[in-house]
Amino acid sequence: MSTANGTPEEGPAGAGTQAQPPEQAPAPASAPGQVAAKTGHEISVSGLNAYYGSQHAVKGIDIHFPANEVTALIGPSGSGKSTVVRCINRMHEEIPGARATGSVTLNDVDLYGPSVDLTSVRRLIGMVFQKPNPFPTMSIRDNVAAGLKLTGTKPNDIKERVEKSLRSVGLWDEVKDRLGSPGIGLSGGQQQRLCIARAVAVEPEVILMDEPCSALDPGATLKVEELVDELKSRYTIVIVTHNMQQAARVANSTVFLMEGEVIEHSPTNELFTRPKDERTERYVTGKFG
Amino acid sequence: MSVNSQTLLAPVSSRRRLTDRGMRALLLALTLVALVPLVLIIYYLLKEGLKSFSGSFFTSDPNFSTSFTNGSSSNGGGIESAIVGSIELVLIATIVSVPLGLGVALYLSEYGKQGRLATWIRYFLDVMTGVPSVVFGLFIYILLVSGSGEALWKASLALALLMLPIVARAAEVVLDLVPGHLREAALALGAPRWRVISKVVLPTAIPGLVTGVLLAVARGIGETAPVLFVAGGALGTTLNPGGETNALPLMIYNDISGQYAASPGASGQGWGAALTLVLLVLILNLLARLISRRSRLA
Repeated sequence: MSTANGTPEEGPAGAGTQAQPPEQAPAPASAPGQVAAKTGHEISVSGLNAYYGSQHAVKGIDIHFPANEVTALIGPSGSGKSTVVRCINRMHEEIPGARATGSVTLNDVDLYGPSVDLTSVRRLIGMVFQKPNPFPTMSIRDNVAAGLKLTGTKPNDIKERVEKSLRSVGLWDEVKDRLGSPGIGLSGGQQQRLCIARAVAVEPEVILMDEPCSALDPGATLKVEELVDELKSRYTIVIVTHNMQQAARVANSTVFLMEGEVIEHSPTNELFTRPKDERTERYVTGKFG
Repeated sequence: MSVNSQTLLAPVSSRRRLTDRGMRALLLALTLVALVPLVLIIYYLLKEGLKSFSGSFFTSDPNFSTSFTNGSSSNGGGIESAIVGSIELVLIATIVSVPLGLGVALYLSEYGKQGRLATWIRYFLDVMTGVPSVVFGLFIYILLVSGSGEALWKASLALALLMLPIVARAAEVVLDLVPGHLREAALALGAPRWRVISKVVLPTAIPGLVTGVLLAVARGIGETAPVLFVAGGALGTTLNPGGETNALPLMIYNDISGQYAASPGASGQGWGAALTLVLLVLILNLLARLISRRSRLA
């Protein structure tokens, strides 16, 4: 199996703000192994540079995130994992003084292009955060429906959508009798699954997860990981994690980042068992980081 | 070693203990001295004010008619017009200052943030909070009263000017307390910023905002200077914003050292009005505390 389509060898090519269409066929080719995958929604990051003020956090990286696969981003603190993820749904630019150059494409459409609506980008690319963050003023039901109301889409089938989303995160049976009670009354693990349900309810194409289990206990972590495995049949998933076992468990391919650069991007088992780069090896074997 | 730890754990010298006790006593004494005037104020307020409290005190207008001198029963009347006037004044002032102040606060916390303009606005608001309240009265007097007469709405405007910076700064503090991760969660769902504000930020901040407004109202209702030469001071109850009105602070001033000071019953009425005003402010403060305690932002 060849390395994933990300081509870090090309190096940071001059940080073009210009959208350069990726070389892949425009037809959303689903991964070879996948059976009856839905039309893939792949994400390609190319020549991405991200800055916080004068600090250069991500240095001209290229990563391809194949459709209906889980791609994990690992690396030491400050390696730019979260920044990369936040550049994909353009949340990076919410931070005062932060900016990004380069291109991020969703099925060949440059998300940083002039005719792209910022809010649509975020609706199509859902995000789950490090700490569970349900809206404290809203009930469980309203939290799940929040995305629909906040984006002004008011489908007639809100009730069904809420149930479907809660079912897809395995929370339905736990909360179906208290949909009206506050979302912050749930346990941490339930809250995080509620947040995933909230992200799923707007029917995005891609789900970004920024260390979704770092605030959860092992049991809740396991549940979220199983969920990630299920969700990939419908979504393209990018997960940032500090936990290498987690990457090994859930990801089809893994990207190792260091100091804002992609060191290695390989199928997960290869990256952990036969890393090509000496720095990757030292990191995954726990010699630093 | 054992000797060493024994000396370390030995009680401190008796001189040090004495100094400690002395300092404690001194600080306690100073605190008590500071409390003396406060206690005296409350004592006299209750003693003098309660004398005039009766059912008709709150339901009748002041009466200082000099034409008929019936000696015994001329006690100056009640303070209905002052209570109603004060409530009308702060009500209109609140209606004017809260939307404006909240708008300023939303701009500062959601859009301006640490930008240059926002920093200047904040500085300006702080200066405005420090402006002596008589200046607002003077400003309205020159702008609106001089030549065309005093009126309730003009006094309300003076109070609104006074309350605006208080509301704005208090609201900004509360809005800043809304955790950033809630805004992020909403933005990441694809919400436009105005919906993030209206559906997430404001509902989360509402108890704190109400508290801030109540404290501004409490501040506004007791202000004397802005209404002194703007409100008019009519004795009758008025519901007409264009008419002259009475107000509690104004009533107190007129009773104690103003135009009615010489009239019989005026000083008792003044004390009663003062106690009423203090009670109103106390209620507002208690309400504010109660609401902020129930707030989800701690």
